[in-house]
Amino acid sequence: MSGHDSKYFSTTKKGEIPELKEELNSQYKDKRKDAVKKVIAAMTVGKDVSSLFTDVLNCMQTENLELKKLVYLYLINYAKSQPDLAILAVNTFVKDTQDPNPLIRALAVRTMGCIRVDKITEYLCDPLQRCLKDDDPYVRKTAAICVAKLYDINAELVEDRGFLDALKDLISDNNPMVVANAVAALAEIQDNSSTPIFEITSHTLSKLLTALNECTEWGQVFILDALSKYKAADAREAENIVERVTPRLQHANCAVVLSAVKMILQQMELITSPDVVRNLCKKMAPPLVTLLSAEPEIQYVALRNINLIVQRRPTILAHEIKVFFCKYNDPIYVKMEKLEIMIKLASDRNIDQVLLEFKEYATEVDVDFVRKAVRAIGRCAIKLERAAERCISVLLELIKIKVNYVVQEAIIVIKDIFRRYPNTYESIIATLCESLDTLDEPEAKASMIWIIGEYAERIDNADELLESFLESFPEEPAQVQLQLLTATVVLNNATVETDNPDLRDRAYIYWRLLSTDPEAAKDVVLAEKPVISDDSNQFDSSLLDELLANIATLSSVYHKPPETFVTRVRTLQKTEEEEFPEGSEGGYSETSSAHAADNGASPPPTSSTPPYATTKQPAPAAPVPDLLDLMGLDGDGGGDNAVVSVDQPVKTAGPPLPVLLPAASGQGLEISAQMVRRDGQIFYSLMFENNTQTPLDGFMIQFNKNTFGLAAGGPLQVPQVQPGTSERTLLPMVLFQNIAPGPPNSLLQVAVKNNQQPVWYFNDRISLLVLFTEDGRMERTAFLETWKSLPDSNEVSRDIPGIVINNVDATIEQLAPSNMFFIAKRKNANQDVLYLSAKIPRGIPFLIELTAVIGVPGLKCAIKTPNPEMAPLFFEALETVLKS
Amino acid sequence: MPVAASAIYFLNLRGDVLINRLYRDDVGGNMVDAFRMHIMQTKELGTCPVRQIGGCSFFYMRISNVYIVIVVSSNANVACAFKFVVEAVSLFKSYFGGAFDEDAIRNNFVLIYELLDEIMDFGYPQNLSPEILKLYITQEGVRSPFSSKPTDKPVPNATLQVTGAVGWRREGLVYKKNEVFLDIVESVNLLMSSKGSVLRCDVTGKVLMKCFLSGMPDLKLGLNDKIGLEKESQLKSRPTKSGKSIELDDVTFHQCVNLTRFNSEKTVSFVPPDGEFELMKYRITEGVTLPFRVLPTIKELGRTRMEVNVKVKSVFGAKMFALGVVIKIPVPKQTAKTNFQVTSGRAKYNASIDCLVWKIRKFPGQTEPTLSAEVELISTIAEKKSWTRPPIQMEFQVPMFTASGLRVRFLKVWEKSGYNTVEWVRYITKAGSYEIRC
Repeated sequence: MSGHDSKYFSTTKKGEIPELKEELNSQYKDKRKDAVKKVIAAMTVGKDVSSLFTDVLNCMQTENLELKKLVYLYLINYAKSQPDLAILAVNTFVKDTQDPNPLIRALAVRTMGCIRVDKITEYLCDPLQRCLKDDDPYVRKTAAICVAKLYDINAELVEDRGFLDALKDLISDNNPMVVANAVAALAEIQDNSSTPIFEITSHTLSKLLTALNECTEWGQVFILDALSKYKAADAREAENIVERVTPRLQHANCAVVLSAVKMILQQMELITSPDVVRNLCKKMAPPLVTLLSAEPEIQYVALRNINLIVQRRPTILAHEIKVFFCKYNDPIYVKMEKLEIMIKLASDRNIDQVLLEFKEYATEVDVDFVRKAVRAIGRCAIKLERAAERCISVLLELIKIKVNYVVQEAIIVIKDIFRRYPNTYESIIATLCESLDTLDEPEAKASMIWIIGEYAERIDNADELLESFLESFPEEPAQVQLQLLTATVVLNNATVETDNPDLRDRAYIYWRLLSTDPEAAKDVVLAEKPVISDDSNQFDSSLLDELLANIATLSSVYHKPPETFVTRVRTLQKTEEEEFPEGSEGGYSETSSAHAADNGASPPPTSSTPPYATTKQPAPAAPVPDLLDLMGLDGDGGGDNAVVSVDQPVKTAGPPLPVLLPAASGQGLEISAQMVRRDGQIFYSLMFENNTQTPLDGFMIQFNKNTFGLAAGGPLQVPQVQPGTSERTLLPMVLFQNIAPGPPNSLLQVAVKNNQQPVWYFNDRISLLVLFTEDGRMERTAFLETWKSLPDSNEVSRDIPGIVINNVDATIEQLAPSNMFFIAKRKNANQDVLYLSAKIPRGIPFLIELTAVIGVPGLKCAIKTPNPEMAPLFFEALETVLKS
Repeated sequence: MPVAASAIYFLNLRGDVLINRLYRDDVGGNMVDAFRMHIMQTKELGTCPVRQIGGCSFFYMRISNVYIVIVVSSNANVACAFKFVVEAVSLFKSYFGGAFDEDAIRNNFVLIYELLDEIMDFGYPQNLSPEILKLYITQEGVRSPFSSKPTDKPVPNATLQVTGAVGWRREGLVYKKNEVFLDIVESVNLLMSSKGSVLRCDVTGKVLMKCFLSGMPDLKLGLNDKIGLEKESQLKSRPTKSGKSIELDDVTFHQCVNLTRFNSEKTVSFVPPDGEFELMKYRITEGVTLPFRVLPTIKELGRTRMEVNVKVKSVFGAKMFALGVVIKIPVPKQTAKTNFQVTSGRAKYNASIDCLVWKIRKFPGQTEPTLSAEVELISTIAEKKSWTRPPIQMEFQVPMFTASGLRVRFLKVWEKSGYNTVEWVRYITKAGSYEIRC
């Protein structure tokens, strides 16, 4: 039964495009069909076949449904790049929407909605109006979704032409699938609109709940998700709703189950009868547990949601802790989430069982999982006072296994347990002291020293033990030094020599305190510590409410409200400002926010605490002269230094940098970085944010071989980063140091290390923008000559959709700061053509031709350059500038 | 928002795009590069199936040698997205007749494009039922292997069936002989401590059906589950016949089952799809009969020698037997030499999974074969970490046995033409994750 389409991927020799062109115009049907398949195959593997547009379009008028679908697929992909030619397809589309075959009618209206070309959109309105009232439900259900598509392209049009009312009528349609799609479309339109469009009344509610029974599984999801926004008037109504939704919990589709759970939880807030609530909790537990026998990816989604649900309704799964026991072959992400939930469900009743499990996990292979298991024991001790002793005895057993990282992790959590229950368990200190020698991680050492210092009076040889640490004092990381210092002060013994200013300062303060008033010193150093509390229910109530209202969605998986990661631009409104996604892990959205800051626009909404809010200003100008010295830039004129030093700190503190190493993967260290060009020099702008408990210092950086041979032009100058703060720096970069062979790409692999942590690796992208040199301007004649001298094979063109040029001059100005220089412009029919030039180091020029229709999305860019393989990088760079 | 996807990509293990479909305009066409660079080429691969890179989120699953990646930029419904992928893959499989892998995708790319256009619109999943889609998406004359009536020309009312209330069954099916096959397949999941106490034990069962029925039949299934029996005796106001009744912890049903009716009357009634499908899934934790007990003793004798004794006891009826029993007993990585003695079956040391693999093809009930082995280890100097002792794992199949004791009491078929049906019922119990710590 299997097909043999792979033959279409086999490339013919050169001249592929002309050959295809010929075949597309063949008089034989079969040959044309094969040719279209070849075109689609080429499109799939990423070849540009847009030049065949008219030829493919010619095949559109066919009786053959399969061929028609392929042509439509091609149209969806390339119409935007050929808006003028796409118009030619309109007639066939409109004709198809009146075809006697409902499949063709639906196909035409579905495809038209996917073609985001304004002129086509205009022609879509009449057919869409017809299709919304079509006799065939298949056409109506397709048309319903098409209204949402149209709204996304042109909201006004939808409102003006009365499509919203037509869509609302479909909610009463007699076909369940039409109803479901209409609900989905309306819910989406409402999501993107500030005016009330789709308000669910108790009447629509009851109608939709009835429709649930007959819908497809997906339709049930659409309806349940839309209805979950409904606020019941009173407890009785809420109970009625819940009663009609609970049968959905038995559905085999996990999305239906989660959406039903979401809706029930929403309504339960209103239900006052404890019996009803208890009963509902009982009903929801089994389906939630069943989700854990699905595919691991679905399990993960379910576990992240269960984590939220048990925070609000701890009783639901109180008796089901066993189902969260990890299986040996569970993927690591499932194990980690199960562990979190086990901590949340741990109680005095089941703690013995839970501890046995944790102990088992602590002997597994995966180090991260083992550490988390040990921490989990500590968290249970802090959460359950009565179980603390048992937790400690398990920890002691683990210490006896003498697996290095288990011991260290155990000591860290025991310190927290000591802080939570002071003066209770110090009898075990002797056992802890036995493993003193094995400690080599700063956090574990510091914890041990804290314990010794804190309980100095009860440890006979406390001074000896501390002395053994003091011997190696100068080599210790600062975290350990600080703790050691505090501990020794506790022992009234503070004579230290060091060159770390923080350490020295604290030592001096202690020393002065001690020398003037030992009692006061005691008060300060031995002051009561805040009590460590159980952190397993970490979200505050309103955030939890919001997350629970988003069950099954991304928000519930990330445990973040949607607005912190959805960067979607609603409509082109003034308030639109691309937020920098908190904890984002890539570098794709950086440029626009940088611009917003430059324009002095209003600061980003407070909901997303931008990473730079806590940024400590770097010591003014201090690193800057060093950098300039290094690069031998002081020859630029003595007076410049002052200018730079005033200018620099402001800039460095300014725009947020893209996060390349999130704190989660850097054990608390977050690194954000971006390549910038300043005064003809390339810098790597970096920010280090320390979310660990210890200060980090001794930062070093290295770059892997890359296309442009970018490498550090000097040592990385970062002061010690204190816990909870961040530091910024500018690292000068040099080119052509270690050039990677092979075709050009933008990948830049970076390695960063410090004294406290292992080496971190992360990836960045090199944008050509920072490479364009200031001398890239060309004379017109030189441009023309170069253009002619380069062979046609060196010309590469690309359509960049989604970019609107509203004003030619503004675009020129926009490009100039990036060293893309304007040469000439001309008009060709309704199109504006711009010529520009740019140059990258080693004198490689780019000759640029931009073609666009003013005010219409879509830009055609053609470049000629001696290095055409650089073209993809160039297009990427251009897109970045124009989109900002 | 129930949107499930803005774009879907099928990549091979190298990261080449096999096929892709953009459903929405809010993610760029080059987002797959970001996936390659930030997930595929890093250690991140496999650490979390949902990741945010820049302004977009990626959900991915690996199925054989293909990565299926969904990209969104809104607060999409992740559960819906993953379920969609799972369903789409089973749909493709049913079209290609079996495997879903890189070659199958390349060989059927036109068909996949066509299906992708049909099963999702603007990011909203539509009808994914293979039965119905095959009515009008036909490549090279795909036809139902079950039906005796060929369906070469597209059925004129296909569109009504796609959107209809019974969106999983087409009309006008005719079979000479009306048959229903019903399989109850149970997987026993067990986690037992080294001391022999049961830490976690449950049964996940499936009721699989194969229907070759004419017309639009109405089916009703009765099991010996507690709630169903109680409800029935209530309705008939007489006690049902005695016998074991089973308490089901949870049941989920195929979309053909009328859930509202199940909720009120506790009966499983449905109009089945044609051919093979999974009618229901259930989970049971109480009263599970474990088919096997495993009693391991593993002694580490010094640093270079280990003694392994494993006794496996079958506790099901003496007349029954288990098939394909495999017991995997873990040994340390530095195993050099092994000597076995087994009273039944064959055993060998498999170095690639660090296990002694003991296979018994036919395992009668009420017997207890043993394996005793001596394992010699290479002594290593730098062996700081002690051996972590992974659990013993077991595989088996026991025909005509259900660990839960579940039985089919009746399966009724009504069709307006009033034909007779032949019903076949089979039971089988398999090992799910059957782990014994040692």
